[in-house]
Amino acid sequence: MGDPKGFLRVPRAEEEERPVGERVLDWREVVVPASEEDVRAQASRCMDCGIPFCHQGCPLANLIPEWNDLAYHGRFDEAARRLLATNNFPEVTGRVCPAPCESSCVLAMRDEPVTIKTIERTLADHARASGFLSPVIAAAITGKRVAVVGSGPAGLAAAQQLARAGHEVVVFERADRIGGLLRYGIPDFKLEKGLLDERVAQMRAEGVVFRMGVSVGLDVRAEQLLHEFDAVALTIGSRAPRDLPIAGRELRGVHFAMEYLTQQNRRVAGDAVDAARAILATGKRVVVIGGGDTGSDCVGTAVRQGAATVTQLELMPKPALVRMPTNPWPEWPLVLRTSSSQEEGADRDWSVSTRAFRGKGGRVAGIEAVRVVLEKGSMKAVPGSELSIPCELVLLAMGFVGPERGGLVDQLGLALDGRGNVRTDASGTTNVPGVFAGGDAARGQSLVVWAIADGRRIATGIEAWLRRPAMARAANA
Amino acid sequence: MPLPPPQGLYDPALERDACGLGFVADMRRPATHEVVGMGLEILRRLAHRGAAGSDPLSSDGAGILIQIPHAHFERTLAHEGIELPLEGDYGVAQCFLSQDPDARAAEMRVLEEAVRHHNQKVIGWRKVPIDEQQVGPLARDSMPRFKQLFIGRMCPTEIFERTLFMIRKRAGRRASDAGLPSFYIASLSSRTVVYKGLALPERLDSFYLDLTVDETRSKLALVHSRFSTNTFPTWERAHPYRRIAHNGEINTLRGNQTWMAAREPLLASKVFGEHLADFKPIIRPGGSDSASLDNLVDFLVAGGRSLPHVMMMLVPEAWEGQPEMPAERRAFYEYHASLVEPWDGPAALLFTDGKYVGATLDRNGLRPMKYVVTRSGFVVAASELGVVDFEVDDILEKGRLQPGRMLLVDLVRGRIVGDEEAKRQVVAQEPYAQWLADNKLDLAAVPTMEAPAPLSTEWRRRRMRASGYTREDLKMLLAPMATAGEEPVGSMGNDAPLAVLSERPQSLFRYFKQQFAQVTNPPIDPIREKLVMTLTSCVGGEGNLLAETPRQCRLLELTQPVLTSPELAKITGGALQDFPVRVLDMLFEATTSDAGDALERALVHLCAEAERAVDEGATLLVLSDRGADAAHAAIPSLLATSAVHHGLARAGKRMRAGLVVETADVREVADLALLVGYGAGAVNPYLALEIIDALDVDVPREARAKHYVTALGKGLLKVMSKMGISCLSSYQGAQIFEAVGIGRAAVDRWFPGTASPIGGIGLPEIAHEALLRHAVGFDEHVDETGADEDALDVGGTYAWRVGGERHLWSPKTVASLQKAARLHDAASYADYARAINDQGDAPFTLRGCWDLVFAKEPIAIEEVEPVTSIVRRFATGAMSFGSISKEAHENLAIAMNRIGGKSNSGEGGEDEARFLPLPNGDSRRSAIKQVASARFGVTAHYLVNADELQIKIAQGAKPGEGGQLPGHKVDEQIARVRHSVPGVTLISPPPHHDIYSIEDLAQLVFDLKSVNPTARVSVKLVSEKGVGTIAAGVAKAHADAIHIAGHDGGTGASPLSSIQHAGGPWELGLAETHQVLALNGLRDRVRLQVDGQLKTGRDVAFAALLGADEFGFATAPLVASGCVMMRKCHLNTCPVGIATQDPVLRARFQGTPEHVINYLFFVAEELRELMARMGYRTIDSMVGHADRIVPRALNHPKAPTLDFSNVLMRAQAAGGAHAPDRGDLVDTPTDEALLDGARLSLKYGEPTTMQIALTNADRAFGARLAGEVARKYGGAGLPDGTIVVEATGTAGQSFGAFATRGTLLVLEGDANDYVGKGLSGGVLAIRPPARASYKAADNVIVGNTCLYGATAGKAFLAGRAGERFAVRNSGAIAVIEGVGDHACEYMTGGTVVVLGATGRNFAAGMSGGLAYVLDDDQTMASRTNKTTVALDELVAADKETLRALIEEHVAHTRSAQGRSVLSTWARRRFVKVVPHEWRRVLEMRKVG
Repeated sequence: MGDPKGFLRVPRAEEEERPVGERVLDWREVVVPASEEDVRAQASRCMDCGIPFCHQGCPLANLIPEWNDLAYHGRFDEAARRLLATNNFPEVTGRVCPAPCESSCVLAMRDEPVTIKTIERTLADHARASGFLSPVIAAAITGKRVAVVGSGPAGLAAAQQLARAGHEVVVFERADRIGGLLRYGIPDFKLEKGLLDERVAQMRAEGVVFRMGVSVGLDVRAEQLLHEFDAVALTIGSRAPRDLPIAGRELRGVHFAMEYLTQQNRRVAGDAVDAARAILATGKRVVVIGGGDTGSDCVGTAVRQGAATVTQLELMPKPALVRMPTNPWPEWPLVLRTSSSQEEGADRDWSVSTRAFRGKGGRVAGIEAVRVVLEKGSMKAVPGSELSIPCELVLLAMGFVGPERGGLVDQLGLALDGRGNVRTDASGTTNVPGVFAGGDAARGQSLVVWAIADGRRIATGIEAWLRRPAMARAANA
Repeated sequence: MPLPPPQGLYDPALERDACGLGFVADMRRPATHEVVGMGLEILRRLAHRGAAGSDPLSSDGAGILIQIPHAHFERTLAHEGIELPLEGDYGVAQCFLSQDPDARAAEMRVLEEAVRHHNQKVIGWRKVPIDEQQVGPLARDSMPRFKQLFIGRMCPTEIFERTLFMIRKRAGRRASDAGLPSFYIASLSSRTVVYKGLALPERLDSFYLDLTVDETRSKLALVHSRFSTNTFPTWERAHPYRRIAHNGEINTLRGNQTWMAAREPLLASKVFGEHLADFKPIIRPGGSDSASLDNLVDFLVAGGRSLPHVMMMLVPEAWEGQPEMPAERRAFYEYHASLVEPWDGPAALLFTDGKYVGATLDRNGLRPMKYVVTRSGFVVAASELGVVDFEVDDILEKGRLQPGRMLLVDLVRGRIVGDEEAKRQVVAQEPYAQWLADNKLDLAAVPTMEAPAPLSTEWRRRRMRASGYTREDLKMLLAPMATAGEEPVGSMGNDAPLAVLSERPQSLFRYFKQQFAQVTNPPIDPIREKLVMTLTSCVGGEGNLLAETPRQCRLLELTQPVLTSPELAKITGGALQDFPVRVLDMLFEATTSDAGDALERALVHLCAEAERAVDEGATLLVLSDRGADAAHAAIPSLLATSAVHHGLARAGKRMRAGLVVETADVREVADLALLVGYGAGAVNPYLALEIIDALDVDVPREARAKHYVTALGKGLLKVMSKMGISCLSSYQGAQIFEAVGIGRAAVDRWFPGTASPIGGIGLPEIAHEALLRHAVGFDEHVDETGADEDALDVGGTYAWRVGGERHLWSPKTVASLQKAARLHDAASYADYARAINDQGDAPFTLRGCWDLVFAKEPIAIEEVEPVTSIVRRFATGAMSFGSISKEAHENLAIAMNRIGGKSNSGEGGEDEARFLPLPNGDSRRSAIKQVASARFGVTAHYLVNADELQIKIAQGAKPGEGGQLPGHKVDEQIARVRHSVPGVTLISPPPHHDIYSIEDLAQLVFDLKSVNPTARVSVKLVSEKGVGTIAAGVAKAHADAIHIAGHDGGTGASPLSSIQHAGGPWELGLAETHQVLALNGLRDRVRLQVDGQLKTGRDVAFAALLGADEFGFATAPLVASGCVMMRKCHLNTCPVGIATQDPVLRARFQGTPEHVINYLFFVAEELRELMARMGYRTIDSMVGHADRIVPRALNHPKAPTLDFSNVLMRAQAAGGAHAPDRGDLVDTPTDEALLDGARLSLKYGEPTTMQIALTNADRAFGARLAGEVARKYGGAGLPDGTIVVEATGTAGQSFGAFATRGTLLVLEGDANDYVGKGLSGGVLAIRPPARASYKAADNVIVGNTCLYGATAGKAFLAGRAGERFAVRNSGAIAVIEGVGDHACEYMTGGTVVVLGATGRNFAAGMSGGLAYVLDDDQTMASRTNKTTVALDELVAADKETLRALIEEHVAHTRSAQGRSVLSTWARRRFVKVVPHEWRRVLEMRKVG
């Protein structure tokens, strides 16, 4: 820690964003990269706490005080290495993570936390620019084969860890490109996809084999995987979206957020999209149901597509502007947040429950809703508070309920937990010997940073499994 | 009664003692009975320095040594028909014999046989007449039979004394062989006889009837009154011994005993011949420190050296770095340093052989010794002045012995031999300087040899990992040491698991805890009193202690024990002539299925190799782990070193070679201290040096090693000084450690003599941990492409780190406690308590390894005493206003006052405004006022505003050390409360300068009770092996409460090595204290308090069951108030406004009293629930029920090896003791008279003048009056001169202590130590009697440590003072006519004028105030410690001030010296001593 009183001298400076008027005209990242000089100043605010509460906030156990200190001293190379030591994809988390580390930063207790995320992104970009992402080739090949199903952040992290440990890793991806939700879920204005391509190239060089367009369960039977590989990592995400089964759900113009976002990401990537199936907000009044990150992504995408209006509805009440005493630091603060997309122009409303989609000629023309209050754990409609919102496009962004059923999950006979996620122990082991699961598939819908952490964790679990003598593995299998 | 055998945590070997002592010698007349009477009078007048146990008629011991009363013996023996030869032609054996007739007969036969064996004549036995009714039942129970054997001389006179010595030794040996344990010879000499025992000092002569007989005549009487730490004093432990009497403590005892045993095989003597075998062991096991020293003195004198010679070689004065000392004398000391290490005090020693009697002080001079010489030919030397009355005009000289000085009286020639003369004779005996020049090897002079090539990067990293290095080690330890040359500092306590409870492989060093001095001996300040400290030592082979030959100094001298690799290469390179060196590998097989076995074989082999090397002539062995590789792991260097050290010692070969350790595993101070403590003479930490070289820090590479070595050296000095040890050679091999978590078998075999109270791991586990690290080191798969750090483990020892070591304070526990405290949320408290309490198979603490035994039938919780009553037993920790902010400090006080608990002021004083309640009824007054070594703000007013006065002897985070509040933290308010100036650094000395010994503590207790008779006095100690013994002494010193702090307590700033490595867990210290107090029948005298990471109700339950009545919490209430364990207290950057004085940060403090109260109530409620389940209705009923604790079965690699049976033993004592009110102790007639006389002044403020006569038994004169004035009139006191007391005589200790404004105490006579202690505005004037014929300015008028911690007032002293005059003065003005060493030490304010001679080290650590010193001969520059001060010319304003002060001095004392200076004013030369910081601050103010 270079400057114990840095936090008193240097105010927090958020990373700059391009002006709204400019950025909504393109799909490039909203954030303007910070200069290394600014980052050094920001890093000086880190106090190298006796108990770094940021660690508690970060599932990856990123060595935040250590690389902050190095960054403060301008030792970006070492800082970047220290960052990469715990995080496979800091260029991703440095862009898309909601940064629970910052909300648990000791400075967040009553000041503004250290800009940990900006520092992380800067270090990650420094690493890319400095060639630190050159492949890390395993010292020795073990001859063990591992299949990774699903190429989202959990799968990629697991694959990279296992490849670097000398195993032969094959990643199966149903889609045509690698990256899962990173690729098709997150809009480019938050995460430009060239970053993923760099990683894929690095991992290929590290020995990972990617098999796109292969749906395990359909194209490859699960038993085949078990036969061909010494271990299988299931990182298939939590892809089943929560639906809103109310009147008018069948109307055209009512779509799941993921359909919408995937399509736009393909467009940005240069793919042709069938005009007949196109979902476009251009000129439309858009209602986004769901106030979370995916909802925000829908807002930002709709704005960029030229929507006439965008309304975002949230079932839960409007959060407070500041922490409530019952939600003290270092807990995650339940406060009102405004995303960059929301800044770009969305009407937001809270405590609104959608009751029906109104149609006109088979297309959606509006929604009928009512205000609700939370009473004894359930939502009660407020009499006389009915409202209707005219719209031509409705996007459902209400979260996910678990991994997709059928196919792989059934073929393997995987046990699920009460919430419908794959049941695992701490090392990611499922009820099927040799099969491990992690990320949203086992955890349920969560953050990228958790996915990466899970990927690393199950890689460790798989390592331990592979180190067991073959006889023992066979006996269990 | 002998000492009890070891039981539970009690170990009789740890007993301590202290006392008062003196002698009287008549140089003029033949032997008289008057001298004996005077000796007995000294005893009576020093009675307050001794002690009694639970039986008031049995003392801890008193005794007298006189010349053989020939006339008396001749007459009484004649009655029995025995005819004595002429005086001098017979010896008298003063025997303590068994009460059992058969055993006694056997004992007598043994002695007679020894007499005959040595061809002397048995003349006959005499029964020593006693009156056994004069001693109490306790003493009678253990009383021996007293008989004297008269032995006729049958050999030449000159060898008769030696022959008697040999008889005594032979008889002792034979008696011991024959199983006659009670046989003891108090003295056997043809010149002297010792009468001693457990009679009260004032009754010694009514007990030993010989002493009252007129015909009992002597020219010499040497007396001693003892204060022991137990209630089982034994008759033979009374002093005087045969050659010496001792006041103080031999700090270096363990090392001295070890080395003496190792030297025995090399002893040879023509005069002793084959009888030498009878003498071994030279130092009789089980003896006290004094007895051990007496054994050696006795032996060496018998071996042919003169008594002064022996005293000089065993207790040398500080001679290194003393340019003014004659070269011959330095050579004498340097030569003898190669024969024997110092027996370091604190020690005032009296010694005699019947012809000479003398006194000497050790190098530190921490025990008082005053003397008076009269025209009529008497010399009296004693702990205090005023112990024998002489006519004023008979007095020729009054003086005090200075550190390292000797006073010798030649009884035969009837003259005093001064220090210079006595030593000159001794040092001229041999050409020591020439011997040194011819033989001593100096490393600097050895040609440079080729050093081993640095390790490759890869290899360095492997070795780092294999040695367990972490990123934290690099950042927290090595980088700061290499850059700043200082030991790194940290803050807050250690909440990580004990080494034996950690699952992470631990370095063996971490299983050992440093021990430290408390109460019975003082630590030293290694910075400010550097002049007595030395790291110089010699390595090589030693010779025969009985001989003195040139070859015995053929040793390699090292100025400090850390060798760089090039330096080691010089030694091993073969360039040293006549100095064979052998390198031995300390490695063991890494690829083995049975690691423990491999390690054991390697150790056995290593020890055998070491022996063989010595047999083959090696004088230096280098143990090296440089050869470690994939197949060979390093033996932990500590294990190898201790094994070889003890192995060679057992084989009788240890002294023939020195030991150097070349190792990768030493990185910090604690490691180095351990290696030296277990026998290494020097250490080469080659890996640490290479890491430092590769470190990315902004310091030139060539400077780094120097910084690192410097930092290690400073740290080592600190570790030594914690134990009060000055010389490395005395620390080496002294094993001043206890093991926590190493099994008995391993300790006995490899670390013999080390306390290990709870057992623990053995070689298999040690080997396993070593191999775990080794495996990580030589793991081929580690990516080594990054920096050194990248491949290392995170660590997490010093602070919680993700993936690192476990800590009790974690994000989870801090967050849930804060939520609980702020929201009064029981569920969050439960989360918190569960996380702390349920340690499962991963315990942190000893209590974490235990379960409570619940009752089969629990009681209803309603039956348990209420929360409101429980919290009254709670106290918050001692945190000074200064270390924490005003807001945080007052918040704790308000909270504790609201619930009836106690907050603690800490050592920074307290704002007077806080003594008054706030309008809303809240009180910010701290119920406990601490009295710590710096005495900041300790005024009479402060003391009377307390319910408890806590004497802080030690603090868990840094026991044995002082502290320092840097100037930048001292703002206006702190400065005001501490009576200093803003911006000036404030130093807390390591020792209390008025507590060097247990009887000193008793005096301070007396002082404090005098000022405030209603407050209870507590003494805060830190857990370590032996703390129970100390506590027993403290209880006997009349403290009301004893506080035991754990090693893990918090701190605002401490060296990291102290936070981690010093002190023991409170569970051990508390259990031992409770057990030992119970064993001594003292448990009901005191209440016990405990603290150290207490966090939950369950913690409190264990504390109560182990013996605590009261419970302290410090960190947890701070966490409840907002602390987030930043561990940045020392940087003043606390972001939550607690540990900071920065106003911006203080404004961020968010705590409220409710937060603290909520937390403590939750703790109490949790405790109640546990009590209900255990079936206890009250805490009183559970105190000490250690049998209601059971160890839990643990699935843990190491914890199951622990053995808690000694800890969980239930002591037979009433628990829940309530200390009797001992305010009556200070109800002395003199004080009553004083209070009575001042009645009207106290009541109405009317002026009063009174006369009073004093003796040295009138202690703390004026302190009660001071307390009364402060209580009535507050800090402002009375108008000047309201109460005038005109006293005469010799005042006892602490004259004028805490005297308040408005009192003038004039004393015509003299006074002892601690005059004006804590002076709070009063005026003191002491002058010699008008009839005195001696020159006042040349004579001592007051003792040591005067004006200690004075905050205001004036003192005019017409004569000289002892050592440390005006130490820590922060406001008093004093004029004095001469001072001893270390005057004005740590002074922060006030003015001192010295009109005469000054001692050495003037103004050490002085940061404020001024001194004007008469310097006619212009020598002040050499006697001043100029680290913090400059010597200036006086300007006109100074001269004016000075002149006025001298005039005032003359007015008060009629000082001749003052008048003389004034009359020759123009010609006199003064210097002004100005602290740099003081000047800077004053100049800034001028500018501002």
